[in-house]
Amino acid sequence: MDIPNLHYINELSAGDLYFKQKFIAILVEEFPKEKITYETAIRALDYKGAVQIVHKLKHKFNILSMTSSYILAVEHEEALKVESIKFHVPFGRALLAIEEFLKSF
Amino acid sequence: MNCIIIDDEKAARAILAQLCSKIPAMEVLGEFDGAMEAIKFLNNNIIDIVFLDIHTPGLSGVDFLQTFTNNFKIVMTTSDTNFAIKAYEYEAIVDYLVKPITFKRFEKSIRKIEKSLVSAVAQTNNDTEVTTDTIYINIDRRLIKLKFDQILFIEADGDYILVAAIGKVHRVHTTLKKIKEKLVDTIFLQIHRSFVINITKIIDIQDNSVLIDKKVIPISRSSRPNLMKRLNLV
Repeated sequence: MDIPNLHYINELSAGDLYFKQKFIAILVEEFPKEKITYETAIRALDYKGAVQIVHKLKHKFNILSMTSSYILAVEHEEALKVESIKFHVPFGRALLAIEEFLKSF
Repeated sequence: MNCIIIDDEKAARAILAQLCSKIPAMEVLGEFDGAMEAIKFLNNNIIDIVFLDIHTPGLSGVDFLQTFTNNFKIVMTTSDTNFAIKAYEYEAIVDYLVKPITFKRFEKSIRKIEKSLVSAVAQTNNDTEVTTDTIYINIDRRLIKLKFDQILFIEADGDYILVAAIGKVHRVHTTLKKIKEKLVDTIFLQIHRSFVINITKIIDIQDNSVLIDKKVIPISRSSRPNLMKRLNLV
């Protein structure tokens, strides 16, 4: 599994420390809420809701340069559309990796 | 060029705002987490570019596209590459940015829009047969779109003109004569050597002056008959 990193954020901020800190703060604020929304949807077998939140979470994988996890998220989103949760466990691990990573800020 | 950002993700909005900040000609006038709020804003403001995420809550991006005609350029921003082909079915969509958006790709998109706006102005200048309800004024290398019905009057000011629009006055480096050629004479009329007015905005006419908004504008003796002819007098 790939490890979250700040490559994209560093490129985007181009030395703008204020933006970088502000952006990380947004991730720290936004990600846990999205993770809870995902877990709640899965528990309730709300596939439509799960598809929507996985679509949003996909972008977080992109932001944190997690290429393999992004591909996994795309597969998970498609599987959820046909009411399959076969990618739920690896997807959950990827979410956990982000959660751990964001704890360092 | 000014723009607004519509995306329900705060992080996505922050990325776009940061990308815009790197281009001096770009100004972000608003950020919205849903299309409904953006529509309210668009009804009261003139915008060049809308960055739109197709997956917005409430009113979807597709619904949003169907609400508006091409009053502004739309750049789609989404992780959903599947929408790319469908996106180009909409005339207003000029580009499609797949997240995560890099500055290089973003800059390319903005240059493309800039070119299309400039060529639209050039086309209007070259083809006098073309009549639209808008005019673009050049201020500090930014082309600002003004709808004719937003212009109250235009006043000569030395080498400049002052375009009094609803809520804002723009100072443009040109002459009254030149801008008059770009306006439609069914709405606009020169009533003094220093003033062209939008006759639909007249509040009242008293003696040798007209009142538009809160401005009293003189009517020259030679222009008065022409103005009176244009009014729907009882």
